[in-house]
Amino acid sequence: MNVIMAILGAVIFLIAAPLLGGLLSGIDRIITARMQSRRGPPLLQPFYDIAKLWHKEKVFANPVEMIFTTAYLVLTAVSGAMFFGGLNLLLVVFCLALAHTFLILAAYAANAPYSHIGAERELIAIMVAEPILILLGVGFFMVTGTFLVSEIMGAGVPAICYLPGVFLALFAVLTLKLRKSPFDISTSHHAHQELVKGVTSSFAGKTLAKVELAHWYETILLLGMIFLFFAGHPVIGIIVVIVGYFLEILIDNIFPRVTWQMTVKSLWLVTLILGVVNIILLGIFGGILA
Amino acid sequence: MTSAAKSPWLLHYNASSCNGCDIEILAALTPLYDVERFGIINTGNPAHADIFVVTGGVNEQNKEVLKNLYDQIPEPKVVMAVGICASSGGVFRDCYNVSGGVDTIIPVDVYVPGCSVRPEALIEGVVKAIGVLEEKRAKMEAEK
Ligand code: SF4
Repeated sequence: MNVIMAILGAVIFLIAAPLLGGLLSGIDRIITARMQSRRGPPLLQPFYDIAKLWHKEKVFANPVEMIFTTAYLVLTAVSGAMFFGGLNLLLVVFCLALAHTFLILAAYAANAPYSHIGAERELIAIMVAEPILILLGVGFFMVTGTFLVSEIMGAGVPAICYLPGVFLALFAVLTLKLRKSPFDISTSHHAHQELVKGVTSSFAGKTLAKVELAHWYETILLLGMIFLFFAGHPVIGIIVVIVGYFLEILIDNIFPRVTWQMTVKSLWLVTLILGVVNIILLGIFGGILA
Repeated sequence: MTSAAKSPWLLHYNASSCNGCDIEILAALTPLYDVERFGIINTGNPAHADIFVVTGGVNEQNKEVLKNLYDQIPEPKVVMAVGICASSGGVFRDCYNVSGGVDTIIPVDVYVPGCSVRPEALIEGVVKAIGVLEEKRAKMEAEK
């Protein structure tokens, strides 16, 4: 039964995540436009973009880009599938990190300065985001005694009661992970930004479409992680996810010119103060509650 | 209408224009006119672009750059010459260092004359360019 559920979860994720991720991206663009007193693109614009990119001519700065970006897409999808299949949370986190490594390799493969700076900044982004993702795994283990997502979902008391600091730190890191705030980090989504799309600057057509698709998978995976804090209370969980995403858009529009230096400093500080302290307190005042 | 027409991404390059036409282009891209309504994004990156918007008569200094940018845009692509300088060289046509129009260097699909070009003409030009883009894409599909 468990195996069937796991496979079902994974398959549903693989099919539904790109649709949901694309829709979310469309809603995101409309809300952003409204916040700037514009009308914004049609809801399905992200899908039009991908379809167009898919039909473009194949050009590569270096043909290995194709392999690396495919690996990025596949590994991101696999880590999401493992998460929604209820497998090991640490495995999900490491698989996601590996996926990003392939994206960075793809950017380094092109012999172009913008692409290289983009790859470097993407590395910085990983450096900032990775500690909190690992703390997330540790925190869940301390609260529930397991790394398995399926068992964490079944825990009685939702993890948010014990891990509010880790939750807030993860929320802070989401601005980076959703390619929002730092405008000069390679992955930033602003139309006009410092590195002309940095990490993706040498990708064209299908390669770029794959990167975008992988991003949709990742978005849904990250929102799933937020949801995990409210295991057992799906309604509250979904409300938090929606409100959280809206807040991310709001933050993005209020602080459109955050630099990567500021991001590194502030997010590490947040991780340290909220995340690490939360874990230490949990260690002192009570470990496994299951 | 195919996805090509719904998501035309622009690359704008100033090939020695006086900036008059560029200001009109940038004005059309501002939030006030909100071209993102039509799925248009000003990419600033040839690898991502579909429509190449060029202003100015092209001089000796930038004709290589222009050629290079054009080569980096993947097919299907459309070139728009914006302003009379880009279309024919305009008043600078006979200058010793001016090539005399974008089409002396790369093939141009849509000419938008005017000095400086008027926003209405510019928008009509983009609409024409989208039409050409669709045609080219259909041709590409047929050749496959
Ligand atoms: S057409 Fe007129 S406004 Fe445009 S670049 Fe030439 S001189 Fe300037």
